[in-house]
Amino acid sequence: MAAAPHTLASRATGVRLRRVQRDPRWVRWSLTAIALAFLAFFLFLPLAAVFFEALRRGAGVYWASVRDPEAFSAIRLTLLTAAIVVPCNVVFGVAAAWAIAKFRFRGKALLTTLIDLPFAVSPVISGLVYVLVFGGQGWFGPWLIDHDIRIIFAVPGIVLATAFVTFPFVARELIPLMQAQGNDEEYAALSLGASGWQTFWRVTRPNIKWGLLYGVILCNARAMGEFGAVSVVSGHIRGETNTLPLQVEILYNEYNFSGAFAVASLLALLALVTLVLKTLVEKHSAES
Amino acid sequence: MPPARSRRSILPGFGLSMGFSLAYLGLIVLVPLAAAFLRAAGMDWPAFIRAVSSPRVLAAYRLSFVASLAAGAVNTVFGFIVSWVLVRYNFPGKRVVDALVDLPFALPTAVAGIALTTLYAPTGWIGQWTAPLGLRVAFTRLGVFVALTFIGLPFVVRTLQPVLLELEPEMEECAATLGAARWQTLFRVLLPELAPTLLTGFALAFARALGEYGSVVFISGNMPMRTEIVPLLIITKLEQYDYRGASAIAVVMLLVSFLLLLLINLLQKWSRRFQAT
Repeated sequence: MAAAPHTLASRATGVRLRRVQRDPRWVRWSLTAIALAFLAFFLFLPLAAVFFEALRRGAGVYWASVRDPEAFSAIRLTLLTAAIVVPCNVVFGVAAAWAIAKFRFRGKALLTTLIDLPFAVSPVISGLVYVLVFGGQGWFGPWLIDHDIRIIFAVPGIVLATAFVTFPFVARELIPLMQAQGNDEEYAALSLGASGWQTFWRVTRPNIKWGLLYGVILCNARAMGEFGAVSVVSGHIRGETNTLPLQVEILYNEYNFSGAFAVASLLALLALVTLVLKTLVEKHSAES
Repeated sequence: MPPARSRRSILPGFGLSMGFSLAYLGLIVLVPLAAAFLRAAGMDWPAFIRAVSSPRVLAAYRLSFVASLAAGAVNTVFGFIVSWVLVRYNFPGKRVVDALVDLPFALPTAVAGIALTTLYAPTGWIGQWTAPLGLRVAFTRLGVFVALTFIGLPFVVRTLQPVLLELEPEMEECAATLGAARWQTLFRVLLPELAPTLLTGFALAFARALGEYGSVVFISGNMPMRTEIVPLLIITKLEQYDYRGASAIAVVMLLVSFLLLLLINLLQKWSRRFQAT
């Protein structure tokens, strides 16, 4: 039921090998060398290139690019978008996981598949569908123009498109987790006289906190880094509807490479922080 | 056997959580997606066919399909090696490498796009070595393939890793006791066992590659008929205010995605049955 394999439950490392499972030394060494070479080529080099290009013309140029007012407004819009989208998707994720994991009803498999749907949709199409609904020629286009409300080529469109592409992250993290935990603890709490809300807050929430955090980290990374969907609905109005990834594109297309890579380096740092946090959560949840 | 549960749970909040979930799902996902289908349905049949089968569109389909297929295949092979090494062997810095596998997932696609373009341009770190060999990567179809390989890798590795971890050691022991060489065990015992999982990882990487936009647009050069991928074509149509044409191509892509999602679901059911036995 997954269009992406990232769940906390599936992350574990280390296995105790029996003797027959050990490969000969030359096999071990050559496979390790192949794997590391492939990863160096495809993962490490691009990452290194971002920072190298960003700092190539010196720290002064770097700072000037990062502190440029347009970059600054892109940072603000990116943070604002994530600050709206992530909480919305958290509330949805918890509600959907509660309904799906704790109760039995018809059409559960269908609902779970529908929640995964945005992962299967191209980001460009995720933006396109909102243009078809809210754009000038869209369903609500004329009405919106009459009432002077802008959604497409404005901040609301960016928020909606981002909500679409990050929609499944929290839910798909929590559903298998809560299903595995069962209902026994909640039944115990209720029979001891706790209210429904107390049961959720005191019993369920502590049980799902690592999974929830994991989902939030992934959701946030995608929300801040989304490019395709946002690019379709943003209209690229400088200083107004540019998120950080769009700012990278604009600077790059203007051949301002050091500027583009300076802004890109902020996003690369975000990615590294995401990876570190993700690894820490994996470690903590494995220990607890 | 789990104890039988009554149909009606004593837990509260079903109506509220279900109602909110359905409303949010409808507003954010289902209604907008329906808009694309309805817009395309507003076209008559010949117009729809014309929109989705012009030579330029067909060329884009072909490029997206072939490059995604090739990237998925390369990722399946190297993803298998990477996950095998990460699960079975120890080496210094393994934890860091393991965490770094998710980089394509965490790194915004636009950043990946400009980084790969810079690396593979004729003056770049990698491009300057391939260019004298007559191998141009940036601004060719090969560049599209490189970008799609970059974004697909974690899908194969992260699908394979948990399954490799849970492989029963008895299988390999049994094969060894019966006199199989290590490579025979790999090809006759392990690979058939892992086939459904490998296929799932391949399908996930392929599905992701088909729709990918950000990392490809910079490196591909975007020449119509030659290095134009389907998502880019949708954007081009939108910029020309050809909403119907864009919707028609989008509907074809959506149908392919839904089919792939269905296929992936079936594959996962199949591989789970393998593991259960």
